Amino acid sequence: MKRFLEKAVKWLLTASGFVTSAVILLIIGFLFTEGAGLFREKVIEEGYVLALNRENPVRKMDAAQIKAVFDEDITNWSELGGPDLPIETFRLEDADDYFSEEELGSQYENAGSLIASLVASRPGMVAFVPETLIPEGADLNFIEDSSISPAEVFAGSEWYPTATPAPLFGMWPLLAGTLWVSFFAILFALPFGISIAVYMAEVASERVRNFLKPVIELLNGIPSVVYGFFGLIVIVPLLQQVFGLPVGESGLAGSLVLAIMALPTIVTVAEDAMRNCPRSLREASLALGATKWQTISRVVIPSSMSGIASGVVLGIGRAVGETMAVLMVTGNAAVVPTSILEPLRTIPATIAAELGEAPAGGAHYQSLFLLGVILFFITFFINLCVEFISSRNRAKNS
Amino acid sequence: MDSKNTSNTVPPSGPVPGSPDSMSGRSGGSTPVFPEDYSVRKRRSQKAAFAVFRILSLFIVLILFAILGFIIYKGAGVISWDFLTKAPSDGMTSGGIFPAIVGTLLLMLGSAIVAFPVGIMSGVYMNEYASRGWVVKFIRLMTNNLSGVPSIVFGLFGMALFVKYLGFGDSILAGSLTLGLLSLPLVIRTTEEALKDIPAGIREGSLALGATKLQTIWKVVLPMAMPRITTGLILSLGRVSGETAPILFTCAAYFFPQLPTSIFDQCMALPYHLYVISTSGTDIEAQQPIAYGTALVLIVIVLIINLLAGLMRRHFEKRLKIK
Repeated sequence: MKRFLEKAVKWLLTASGFVTSAVILLIIGFLFTEGAGLFREKVIEEGYVLALNRENPVRKMDAAQIKAVFDEDITNWSELGGPDLPIETFRLEDADDYFSEEELGSQYENAGSLIASLVASRPGMVAFVPETLIPEGADLNFIEDSSISPAEVFAGSEWYPTATPAPLFGMWPLLAGTLWVSFFAILFALPFGISIAVYMAEVASERVRNFLKPVIELLNGIPSVVYGFFGLIVIVPLLQQVFGLPVGESGLAGSLVLAIMALPTIVTVAEDAMRNCPRSLREASLALGATKWQTISRVVIPSSMSGIASGVVLGIGRAVGETMAVLMVTGNAAVVPTSILEPLRTIPATIAAELGEAPAGGAHYQSLFLLGVILFFITFFINLCVEFISSRNRAKNS
Repeated sequence: MDSKNTSNTVPPSGPVPGSPDSMSGRSGGSTPVFPEDYSVRKRRSQKAAFAVFRILSLFIVLILFAILGFIIYKGAGVISWDFLTKAPSDGMTSGGIFPAIVGTLLLMLGSAIVAFPVGIMSGVYMNEYASRGWVVKFIRLMTNNLSGVPSIVFGLFGMALFVKYLGFGDSILAGSLTLGLLSLPLVIRTTEEALKDIPAGIREGSLALGATKLQTIWKVVLPMAMPRITTGLILSLGRVSGETAPILFTCAAYFFPQLPTSIFDQCMALPYHLYVISTSGTDIEAQQPIAYGTALVLIVIVLIINLLAGLMRRHFEKRLKIK
């Protein structure tokens, strides 16, 4: 009985030991299955077609072109490889402009055939209508629909996930926004982080250290939404005044908030690394007549460089994945950022802001999961870097 | 700025033109430096460098006090018994935050039920059972990776698995499971570290007396490590209390004034409440005091938790010293 219990407990413990690995696998599995579905979705909204006049030779348009046509940025078929003919767009809600209510019928029962004949009579018209509405055997051409291509998604620079007839899922602005904000956050945090770490590890007296340590821990413990709130109420208006911006919500506000949030991570890890620097190295340097500062700058810091590096990389990881604070202060404009003073939008903020409104299972929903996959792999890669750095460090020290 | 430059140009090998060298009146270029001059300079640069460090460290303290002070100053006037015990009313422009407080406490409890047993067992396995080698390395790698996964990814995952696939819907159950998984790495790591500090001699002593491995762990090792494990558990609760992104799509309700009656109900939560009330709503002006109050309550929870963990740690350290 006793031995059985021992065995059972051992199995239970072993099983729980692998829970984290299982969770990682599950995360990858679920995010991937949902995210990869995006590439099986059609470019044109499900259940709809783009109908053309018989004489129009254009058969193919990609999502960006479709959007440009319906936004009237492209106004002539010659731009799409067709004849020199102005484009007329037609959406279902335009039906009232062309036909009277009696013609359409009370239940819109005549709409299909009317639209079909309208398109057939106008060579430059493109109509965005439900597939079921078009009567069978109508004398029309249709734009060939294709699946959403990875190139459009990963390299596309327009993120309009709710546009009709063809939503655009170009993720580049979001990725650029994420990297941009994180880069500046680390740029701001780095001098502070390293100085504070050096100060705490090497310079400060025990009493000062005992005061700073809880300060850092508290900064780490403040919820990100509180940072976001503070940023929104204090930092955003401040930046707006200082730089005379039209809106204070900007990449800079996000970077500043992120810098504060990444600081504790950088400080803790870097300080640990410096404390672990062997005493003999320090003593040798001091014995050679170096001052304390020379010892720190030429012996302690270089020898704990890898620890400092992993602190910085962890800080980057924290900045890249941060959601709420960034969502609240960056202004969320999905454009490729050209200046840090403009509003921009990051991957986590996009997921948080849009998942609630995206219908489950649709292309938009799947694209957000794909963003999750990208985010997961960015942080996964960052963690592997940290792991690599610290394992090399361990090997060096032992 | 100048003082920082000084600290960076200490190298005695040939001062750079325009460096502080020229300031001290010697523009000799690469001539050897006189020892006494050199020692003065290096002392000066040390002073300058340390001053910079001190100022930057002071700055971080100021940031913390600015944030805390601002929220306490603005929020203190809002806090009242009614604010803490009443549900929001008039389209969130007045009333209290009681359901959000209850929701956050429920989520903390739920995530603790999920994460604590599994996390502690996992830590025990890694320190006591697993053979040193690739198994432990692999698990540790995975645990570290999990702790680096952004909270919004946990939210996505929780939504896909618990809300949709397992069909729990937006519920306290789904939220607790998601938050539990999020805090798992922290629990595992603290457990492992606490166990590692227990000297091997104590385990050997117990085993030598005829106790089995399980008895040793249950009656000797775990009780000894418990104070430190508990400190870690408290800190993980602190993290859970402030997380917003994981519960956005798994649990949090914009407005749910009655208290939840089952684990399949949605609930309000403080961090989510702060988010919605400060970014959206019908009347931002009227909502602002409520936002300050909510932020203050959140901060107070975090402060209490940190204080508790700090006290426990100190208490434990003292006991160790006596021994």
